[in-house]
Amino acid sequence: MMRNIIEIENVTKHYGAFAALSDIDLTIGEGEVVCVIGPSGSGKSTLIRCINLLETYCDQGSIRVDGIPVQPGPTLGQVRAEVGMVFQSFNLFPHMSVLKNVMLAPMRVRKTPAAEAAAKARELLGRVGIAEQADKYPGHLSGGQQQRVAIARALAMEPRVLLFDEPTSALDPEMVGEVLDVMRQLAGTGVTMVVVTHEMGFARQVADRVIFMDGGRIVETGTPAQIFDTPKEERTRNFLSAVLNH
Amino acid sequence: MDLFETFFNVPVFIRTFPLLMSGLVVTLQIGVTSIIAGLVLGLCLSLLRMYAPAWLRLPVAVYIDIFRSIPLLVLLIVVYYALPFVGIRLSPFLSAAVSLTLVSGAYTAEIFRAGIQAIPSGQFEASRALGLSYKDMMIDVVLPQAIKIVIPPLTNNCINVMKDTALASVVAMPDLLKQATQAQALAANPTPLIGAAIIYLAFLWPLVALVSRFENRLGRRGA
Repeated sequence: MMRNIIEIENVTKHYGAFAALSDIDLTIGEGEVVCVIGPSGSGKSTLIRCINLLETYCDQGSIRVDGIPVQPGPTLGQVRAEVGMVFQSFNLFPHMSVLKNVMLAPMRVRKTPAAEAAAKARELLGRVGIAEQADKYPGHLSGGQQQRVAIARALAMEPRVLLFDEPTSALDPEMVGEVLDVMRQLAGTGVTMVVVTHEMGFARQVADRVIFMDGGRIVETGTPAQIFDTPKEERTRNFLSAVLNH
Repeated sequence: MDLFETFFNVPVFIRTFPLLMSGLVVTLQIGVTSIIAGLVLGLCLSLLRMYAPAWLRLPVAVYIDIFRSIPLLVLLIVVYYALPFVGIRLSPFLSAAVSLTLVSGAYTAEIFRAGIQAIPSGQFEASRALGLSYKDMMIDVVLPQAIKIVIPPLTNNCINVMKDTALASVVAMPDLLKQATQAQALAANPTPLIGAAIIYLAFLWPLVALVSRFENRLGRRGA
């Protein structure tokens, strides 16, 4: 039996009268790879941003990561150290070299000595295939390379959970593959991954479980085969036929 | 008497030059003290204005608005001539430095705020997602990027502070302008005033030119 690492109970979030999330219940097991799909504005990004409290969900409900409640206060740092995040727009630190980008959080948060952090950073940059770019600045890298640095930066904290918020949506088409390849390698290393994505091929191939969201609700959840081949809900079918047959 | 002898009287200039130099030293002392204190005050005020609890943010915002509205000369006279009535007696140097700092801090706070707000929200989110503390986020990520943006307007503010030090002559501070007016009275000739004007120009003009260069460079990068 898989241990639960993320437990989301009855989470609801409103922006004024608009319900961004309604009654979300979701548990994710350790090492599981979950892809969240759905139309724009369906609450996918909001949901994963609640997991490390980049969005507050104070309206209602509770989220726990590895048993620790995700809420403002002294335990939040612990949660964020365990939960890495990769953003759509990379959000690398432009005034630091690639190596420093990857070294910063371990040095500041985990108090890792600089030499050790640098060695670890070089190893991670090697793992995502850009060891030779370590001393360049983010602005001199392609989008695909920048996103791979962002993945290495998140991995440097040795997180138990990695959140991906549409990691390939801002990339030129020819660079999508290199980022997905890195993510494919990560799946199966034991790290729990929650991936908001429009890459249906990736979701089908890599996910243990696919979640379809619409209108701030989880409409349907199942294995990739269940969701993509035999979706039960009409909304899921409509969405999939719109994105797959274009 | 011809014009040249009146305004550019070389013997008078040479005679009064040491007096002008001692005034310049005082001007630089007031200016540099106020600029540094204003920078520290401004950084603290800007952080409080943006991130302090609401009950503290409002008074800080009010402070910033008041000290950007009040004429420096009025503030200086209040500090020097009015505060003694409540038992606060500041020397001319302190009066000038405190007044300049209070005002410069208010302007600097707004400059820092603009610089920090120009940093994309993704930088804050990435820092928080990595688990960085507020202090580390500011020191390692936000401020180093904001500093680059605020250097031209900060330099501008420094120039303004330096120019405004001339107001200290009103409270009997022997700064460059005061010494020049005294030298003028002694020599019965306005050459020292022209000399003072030239000295002000000589060290402020390069700073003005520097700001233009910064701004051109930033403009090119933005384009």
